[in-house]
Amino acid sequence: MITLTNVTKYYGTRMAVNGVSLEVKNGEIFGLVGPDGAGKTTIIRMLAGLLAPTSGTLTVLGAANPEKIKEHLGYVPQKFSLYGDLTVMENIRVFGALYGQSAEKIDVVASHILGFTNLMSFKDRLADNLSGGMKQKLALAAGLMHQPQLFFLDEPTTGVDPVSRREFWQMLFKLNKEGTSIFVSTPYMDEAEFCTRVAFLHNGQIVSCDSPEGLRQAYPYKVLELGTKDRDIKEHLKKCSILDINMFGDKYHLVVEDVTLATTQIQSVLGEMNIENITLEEIQPTLEDVFVALAREVF
Amino acid sequence: MKRLRALLIKEFIQMRRDKLTLAMMLVFPMVQLLLFGYAINTDVKHLPTIVFDQSLQQDSRDLLNSLTSSEYFDIKYVANSFQEINDAVDSGKTKVGIIIPPDFSENLKHGRTATVQVIVDATDSLSASSAISAAQLIGQLKSQKILLQKMQGYTGHATQNPYEIRIRPWYNSDFVSAFYMVPGIMGVILTMTMVMITSMAIVRERERGTLEQLIVTPMKNWELMMGKIIPYSIVGYVQVTVSILVGILVFDLPIRGSLGLLYGLTSFFIIASLAQGILISTVAKTQMQAMQMSFFVFLPSILLSGFMFPREAMPLFFNLLGNILPLTFYLQIMRSIILKGVGFSIVWPQVLSLIIYIMIALVISIKKFQKKVA
Repeated sequence: MITLTNVTKYYGTRMAVNGVSLEVKNGEIFGLVGPDGAGKTTIIRMLAGLLAPTSGTLTVLGAANPEKIKEHLGYVPQKFSLYGDLTVMENIRVFGALYGQSAEKIDVVASHILGFTNLMSFKDRLADNLSGGMKQKLALAAGLMHQPQLFFLDEPTTGVDPVSRREFWQMLFKLNKEGTSIFVSTPYMDEAEFCTRVAFLHNGQIVSCDSPEGLRQAYPYKVLELGTKDRDIKEHLKKCSILDINMFGDKYHLVVEDVTLATTQIQSVLGEMNIENITLEEIQPTLEDVFVALAREVF
Repeated sequence: MKRLRALLIKEFIQMRRDKLTLAMMLVFPMVQLLLFGYAINTDVKHLPTIVFDQSLQQDSRDLLNSLTSSEYFDIKYVANSFQEINDAVDSGKTKVGIIIPPDFSENLKHGRTATVQVIVDATDSLSASSAISAAQLIGQLKSQKILLQKMQGYTGHATQNPYEIRIRPWYNSDFVSAFYMVPGIMGVILTMTMVMITSMAIVRERERGTLEQLIVTPMKNWELMMGKIIPYSIVGYVQVTVSILVGILVFDLPIRGSLGLLYGLTSFFIIASLAQGILISTVAKTQMQAMQMSFFVFLPSILLSGFMFPREAMPLFFNLLGNILPLTFYLQIMRSIILKGVGFSIVWPQVLSLIIYIMIALVISIKKFQKKVA
């Protein structure tokens, strides 16, 4: 479906993508994960045919020239890029027609897609007047009129409320089940869990690429979850054998090598300080733990 | 075709929704035509004048009469000292000061040269030159009259002028400024809307990201360009029609040539201006920049095209500079067809220039556009 071989992209003298090689297979939901500025958008723009790589080769749907396969691709950029002064339905008609679809076919597909995206009641509203989540759904819907084989989405859920995010992903799953391969970038680790495979991008390089399960298994450490109201835990546990401490919601994830040793140390330190009401247990590492570790290592 | 149609429909929906821009595009030509057509008159008359007549004889009154009856000078004040003349011109109360010396009448009677001083406020060169040439003409006519009278005294019979130059002002015999201005304003309005609105419309698509969304579709570059050129050409034609109607109905503009030819050849200018707009849009990053760059085209177009100032008077360099502006050629085409009533056989070189311009601008635009995407 997609191959990148040693792809590098410079903006002037600044390197945005550094020797990336990837392969995405038919039917995947492939996630590109990484912090802001890692090069996610650049890679997607290159795949969508908006940018040419400085060096290296990439093929999409078997073609090296993006012009030839544009009609089989869908693309939702990070920023809402449909016409704000057109209504939902007008946007869908324009972009459907630009992909060569007939008006009748657009109407049939649109009523189906607007139905399951809950946009039907907003079909005569100007796109500028939609909420952030609805805008993203509209962008997705407008890109689906020509039933693309491969869909690129660049951080589609950034700035979207949690409920809409969930609905949006439901739509992606449904789309994927109907046979569309999906290439999505996201800064959210919980969304990375939804992907069949995930590539972690850092400073323009792919640090790791595997299924979420595979990434977790390759994680070399153990994670202890510490629940406490105290907010100076990092300071208190300085002397314990802990590699890293990160906050997750109202809890702390402590990265350790030896669970028994660390547990004893923590209990004694916190006991001495009279910090009570704590919970401490070993948990399965989340993808976030994995990526935090990956990001720290490459620094 | 399906894709181009979709783009056109989109463009027209957007135009219809953006009522302010639409109104501006349609009302703008009318307002400009009325303003320029009525306000601009290059023949400056009725200049406020102050007179210091130290002679106060029949001869001096006679001269002042001639000056006022030319309609160029309106005597508003009578001065009693040089200082008063200075003050009146300095303060801008009057544009002209006329000083007649005490020996004026005496000199005339004895056949000596009688001098009259005319002080002209030349801060505004246009009214100054009007006043100067009117004063000179009156002086010469009066001298001539006296000379002829003298000749008659010597020879005993009436003497004829040795020369007579017969002037026939063709095409605009009454010097109606509006006839000259209206075709010019039409060109200026088209330049303004076509260059500025087009470049801003394309840059807005880039700013909003919609251009990117268009580029990922299988649409071709030429379809994208036609999608802008066709709707804005229609706007241009509406503007031309409004302008011609105002010209005919308000200013009695004669259309001596073929209206069909005028409309046909206007398309070359519209496309040339749109090509300019597209070219600007490939360089400008924001709508603000597009607007500023449009003015960069717009001002030379007004100054160097012959819209306001005759191109014959320009130094060679600026004359040549005017030759790279589409408006220069369009004005020649318009004035030729509207006022002279000539046909294509006369204006084809200008049309050819516009075609060359269009080709160069579009080739550069497409090249730059592709580079930007790649």
